Amino acid sequence: MDSAVPLFQMEGISKRYGGVRALEKAELVVTSGSIHAILGENGAGKSTLIKVMAGVVAPDEGRMTLDGREVTFLSPAAANQAGIVCIFQELSLVPDLSVADNIVISDPPKRFGMIDRKAQRRVAEEALARAGAADIHPLALVKDLPLSRRQMVEIAKALARKPRILILDEATSALTAADVSKIFGVLKRLRSEGLALLYISHRLNEIAELADQCTVFRNGRNVASYKAGSKSDNEVVELMIGREYSHIFPPKPATVPATAAPRLEARKLSWADRLHDISLTVRAGEVVGLGGLDGQGQRELLLAFFGVLRGLSGEVLIDGKPVAISSPAAAREDGIGMALIPEDRKTEGLMLPMTVRENLSFAALDRLSKGGIIDRAAEQRLIDDMVGLLAIKTAGLDIPVGALSGGNQQKVVIAKWLMRQPRIILLNDPTRGIDVGTKQELYQLMRKLADAGAAILFYSTDYDELIGCCDRVLVLYDGAVKRELVGAEITERALIASALNIHGEESPVGLGASA
Amino acid sequence: MKDWRYWLAEQRGMLLALGIFIVMFIIYTSNHPAGFTANVVQTAANKGVLLAFVAMAQTLVVITAGIDLSVGMIFLLTNCLASWLVVGTPMQTTLGVIAVLAVGLLCGAINGAIVIYGRLQPIVATIATGAVFYGIGLLLRPFPGGSVNEDLADAMTGRVFDVVPASLVVLFAIVLLIWVPFSRSVLGRAAYAAGSSETAAYMSGVPIRRGKFAAYTLAGLLAAIGGLFLTFFTYTGDAAYASGNAYTLFSIAAVVLGGVSLFGGKGSAIGAIFGALAFRTIGDLLFVFDFDPLWQPLFQGVILLIAVSLGAFALFRVRNRLEWFL
Repeated sequence: MDSAVPLFQMEGISKRYGGVRALEKAELVVTSGSIHAILGENGAGKSTLIKVMAGVVAPDEGRMTLDGREVTFLSPAAANQAGIVCIFQELSLVPDLSVADNIVISDPPKRFGMIDRKAQRRVAEEALARAGAADIHPLALVKDLPLSRRQMVEIAKALARKPRILILDEATSALTAADVSKIFGVLKRLRSEGLALLYISHRLNEIAELADQCTVFRNGRNVASYKAGSKSDNEVVELMIGREYSHIFPPKPATVPATAAPRLEARKLSWADRLHDISLTVRAGEVVGLGGLDGQGQRELLLAFFGVLRGLSGEVLIDGKPVAISSPAAAREDGIGMALIPEDRKTEGLMLPMTVRENLSFAALDRLSKGGIIDRAAEQRLIDDMVGLLAIKTAGLDIPVGALSGGNQQKVVIAKWLMRQPRIILLNDPTRGIDVGTKQELYQLMRKLADAGAAILFYSTDYDELIGCCDRVLVLYDGAVKRELVGAEITERALIASALNIHGEESPVGLGASA
Repeated sequence: MKDWRYWLAEQRGMLLALGIFIVMFIIYTSNHPAGFTANVVQTAANKGVLLAFVAMAQTLVVITAGIDLSVGMIFLLTNCLASWLVVGTPMQTTLGVIAVLAVGLLCGAINGAIVIYGRLQPIVATIATGAVFYGIGLLLRPFPGGSVNEDLADAMTGRVFDVVPASLVVLFAIVLLIWVPFSRSVLGRAAYAAGSSETAAYMSGVPIRRGKFAAYTLAGLLAAIGGLFLTFFTYTGDAAYASGNAYTLFSIAAVVLGGVSLFGGKGSAIGAIFGALAFRTIGDLLFVFDFDPLWQPLFQGVILLIAVSLGAFALFRVRNRLEWFL
């Protein structure tokens, strides 16, 4: 009955990667029956801290105790055995195996030395139900599931391991609003069952709703611990970035006159059963947002413009002239000048093992070369410009881009396309999983590009971003534009109401009248 | 979706290979001068199982997202070895068979150790070990020769109850004894998981190394079973370089025909067996049509291309081009 001994404790944990200090004498105390939020910018050491806890990396120094006894984990399996289970930000599901296979993967039920498929199915169904995801079929292959469902499987998988400490690293970043509220219910129930939960998120409102205790990390150290709710958002953000924090969002200019000719226009765009009669315009200098619940056709719409989808019907016009864009290569041609910042930077945006330099110049190679030979000097000039413009933090241009932090990787993706000076920029949820500081830089950059004359179409799952960045927002529901919000009409309430397609009820009329 | 639909989706590659095999075999037997008789089936089975065993071996490694370019050479080496050891009294013969299989296991284990613990690329590692295995085979049998216990050989290549080819029965037994337990064991699942996404598997605490090691080792064993059967059919040992290489390459063709993904994580040895049988039948088709045998490689290649393209047809229906690369 020694309540003074915390469930788990880390003392003086340090870890270096080459010359970079990821963790420096970090401390953490985890108690049962509570939800502990870990905050910090990307690169603050949160990920390393978790990896140490979960047995993925070994610390250079420091000690960890579980129930007061010193422990070391040589592998993720060892940490699991001790009851520490982590849901990683980078999904740890095996794509070619079924949902049930994945859920029991660390310790499948066995009969006569072979995997007992019936028992496995039962365990999987139970775990899915506990995670509030009973709609997922246990025999479905993981690779056939959309990202948000995979994340639910990941959570079910963690629960099936009967953890004592459950770590969620950005576990809600790809979830739909409905799933997030389900998961919150699940997490609160687990807390009442006596589990210790570590919750890492960049979403302050989630933390406010969920956490009991918060610890802020900066530059590899824990800089502050406080009871949840005892600090304002602004104070928390200041702790995280360690500097005065005023305006996340840059000021919006006066609205672009509706009479200006549209740069990008869609007329009755339809595709398969995902897009229905979408018509929209984006003018030069405008930031137009795409809102709505996740998975209502926003991604498909961007891919449609970018020439990835086949069998589109309807028309796409650039500068008033109809065009047929047959591939991403065609989309970036001079007459069109389109760029797409993809959602999944690791697969669609970057070649991780290749260098920062190579990644940066890929999209612009044709402009930088004469007769098939790359003009090194011109390449270097342009790269220097971009690294400066975006303040990309990298130890050099010739290191693999995979070695950069998430935020800096995303900057490389954006810089790569800016090297072509695109006239139309499509952004697909570009700030997912990146830190506040980088987000702020991206918002400013977006506005700067618009002011310089680019037409920007910006999909985000974060309502604050849409409110803070966009001149207009189109809310999609089931593949169709349900509502267009202009200027002051863009409020959280209006966004949510139209995202849920509940018109009239919460009086968007009133909002319209005030505009 | 109903359960059986998931099952169907999983077995698509295998069923396609089965379909191709059945069609080819019907064409073959209906044009064969002797028709569909036990004799014709027995001959076809005996030729088919050789490639089937080697293709099963290849499957195990391909599932881990590796490739084994030494299977054909293990097949030859064990053939040469069997032509020395699988002789004499029943006792001596039994010991000989065990020794041959043990050597196959050892070859596979060496491949596995080099790839997993030495962290060499599977292609390079198995080209090298394949050359070594072939070299040993050549030293054992510089010239074709040797012998085998003919009673055992005849039993293995004959017919059970005068109808069913014994080689098919053995193939079936090997599937039950090796493939089924492997694919349903934790190690088998680890092999699949490692082939599909090694990082995800590692993060989930899956015994990746043991799974891959088991796959390579069992691959050696299966190739050795193939080598034994080669000896039963030919009564001799022969370190024929071209034949070893052909078996290696054909095993890859059979695996692909059987719906096993070269990217790893997907497919089954049963699919590969039908792939192997189909591939063999394709090769034999020309004989029943009385073509010049010179045409065989060309014809076999064309049919293989067509068959593999069948699996790629789904790509034409893809409406989101990003799915091409998944």
